[in-house]
Amino acid sequence: MSLAVSIMAGTCHKEEKVGVSLLARVQHGQRMKRTDRISTDQDIAQAELSRLLAAVGQDRDVNAFEAIFRYYGPRVRSFMAMKTRDTQLAEELMQETMTAVWNKAVQFDPGRGNVSAWIFTIARNQRIDAFRRRRPAFDENDPAFVRDNEPPADVELEGRQDAELLRKAMETLPPEQLDVLKRAFFDEASHSAIAEDMGIPLGTVKSRIRLAFDKLRTTLEGRR
Amino acid sequence: MKTNHHISDALLLDYASGNLSEGWSLAVATHLALCPNCRRTLDAMEGAAGALLDKVVGEHPVTSNDWEAMKARIACEPVATAPARVAEKPVSRPSADATAVLPEPLRSYVGSDVSGLKWRALGRGAYQIRIDTGDPATQVRLLKIPAGKPVPEHTHVGRELTLVLSGSFRDGDDLFQRGDLEEADGNLLHTPTATEGEDCICLAVTEAPLKFSSWVVRMIQPILKI
Repeated sequence: MSLAVSIMAGTCHKEEKVGVSLLARVQHGQRMKRTDRISTDQDIAQAELSRLLAAVGQDRDVNAFEAIFRYYGPRVRSFMAMKTRDTQLAEELMQETMTAVWNKAVQFDPGRGNVSAWIFTIARNQRIDAFRRRRPAFDENDPAFVRDNEPPADVELEGRQDAELLRKAMETLPPEQLDVLKRAFFDEASHSAIAEDMGIPLGTVKSRIRLAFDKLRTTLEGRR
Repeated sequence: MKTNHHISDALLLDYASGNLSEGWSLAVATHLALCPNCRRTLDAMEGAAGALLDKVVGEHPVTSNDWEAMKARIACEPVATAPARVAEKPVSRPSADATAVLPEPLRSYVGSDVSGLKWRALGRGAYQIRIDTGDPATQVRLLKIPAGKPVPEHTHVGRELTLVLSGSFRDGDDLFQRGDLEEADGNLLHTPTATEGEDCICLAVTEAPLKFSSWVVRMIQPILKI
């Protein structure tokens, strides 16, 4: 099975253009915070997307939404097509997802992750709804919810730094671990289906998952 | 109290990717409500998924027509005012304070906190409450195990998740307290036993029993070789 996903660091030229074109779309006088270490075009794109999404949430800024739509629309459409294998359904789910992005933009919390992670969760939930399943989730406003007792000083900055660290750590993962993660997230394949498909034992799939997240966790904890 | 027994990466990845059915997800989500540590891993997983989404090559860029259609569509959307998330859940939720034994999402599934529950006797001093979900592949129950007694009916096939909500139980050398999740599969022979001094309330999710799992059939299965 071939996945239309490129993950190697060397294939980022398109991303650079996106970063630049997003920057060119900035029509507001607001300047980006320069307190964080922005070092790659990807990071510029993410910081910029974060700002654009805030403009959608707070000002219902249609131009900002257009930039987000042009960046994520094709990605979400491909994401949906990988699981559904149905172009028409993938198109509908992409439109549902982007409409939800428009409606929920005000809820985006930069401290909890980057725009891409947030849009992934919205796309994932749309896909679950489309298959008429339920996915119970915790509620941060529930009185019985146990809070993290080390609140970071600047959640937005920290969230973006975490996202940046994660993305760099992902580029160092061995291809066989990345392959398992892609299949899990995009094909929504069960671990046994992944094992069968790749011709490896189930235990190997599970150990690749554990090794990948050990690495990502270590990267994030090392910063704290 | 700090939780010591967490969700495995493989199980949490299934939850993060949207690939875990409702019954198992209820145990995972309730553990997450009690465990900041696993929520950090969940954030990392969703961050990883976001990074992968960034690298997806969109085969067809959006066209001007696509954007015009989208623009027309969002123009019809009602203007969302700040707390839009309230509108997503019209269900009336049982109220609770910080001392609630059952956190969300479990409390809404059960309908109240533990003080309002109607337990059904399971025999040998144990009680249970069945929890309805839309997931036919799992059986979801609250169990109340008397102090010092083993978890009854403990012959399960396949995966089993047990989340402690009050009291504690021991399984071999391991102690499981509030928030701790035990993940077992059918190959593991284990005998969880409630700790002396306090009854143990836990959420137990198992694979739905097969039609042939009644004890009569189980006894004759070796004879019939089915």
